[in-house]
Amino acid sequence: MSINIFVQSDSFDLGDVSNKFVRAQHGMGAVVTFSGIVRDLNDDPLKFLEIEHYPGMTEKAIGEIAKNAMQRWSLGDVLVIHRYGKLSAGDLIMMVATAAPHRRDAFEAAEYLMDYLKSRAPFWKKENTNTMQGWVDAKDEDEDALSRW
Amino acid sequence: MIKVLYFSWVRERIGQPQETLETRAENVTALVEELRRKDPRYAMAFSDLNALRVAVDQVLVDFDAPINGAKEVAFFPPMTGG
Repeated sequence: MSINIFVQSDSFDLGDVSNKFVRAQHGMGAVVTFSGIVRDLNDDPLKFLEIEHYPGMTEKAIGEIAKNAMQRWSLGDVLVIHRYGKLSAGDLIMMVATAAPHRRDAFEAAEYLMDYLKSRAPFWKKENTNTMQGWVDAKDEDEDALSRW
Repeated sequence: MIKVLYFSWVRERIGQPQETLETRAENVTALVEELRRKDPRYAMAFSDLNALRVAVDQVLVDFDAPINGAKEVAFFPPMTGG
């Protein structure tokens, strides 16, 4: 039962990472992975997305969230990778992987991690197009999502 | 001395990512008052505290949180991870 967190500018290979994660589990029956990618904008195509973070706090905040998930569900390993820097539409931004003896714990823990990463991990996104650049506003629904936990 | 960090549009409005300050403020609100008085840029960045979040020593706190003995305070808008 280990927690691995990587905050990095480099991309990662979703297949490689997922396969390694699966192979490292013992006595588990389920692995859930979620990956987030950069969404393009409809009318005004994205030139790039800049992700800023708070080095030090980011790792701590994600570590806390992952520890809470470990306490709440019966889990094997938990993995979180989150990128920062300049990304293009379609690029991988982040992924979480959770392992559990049974699927429900793995699904719920992955959703919990995602809900908390959205509004409690110190990342900020700035969209840049040919006509504008602007910080992405946090959504009320993302904050509200935490109330179900 | 306390390190004060700014992220996202707070950093852009203030015009720097961090600074080290001498302060007698005992809590975050008092520190914000000191910063507001420094310069119009700060007054603008801190005009609506509902639009801001604060971390003391890398832990998210409320604006009435004490800062005595803290090493760093960071101001930023609501986070947009994931």
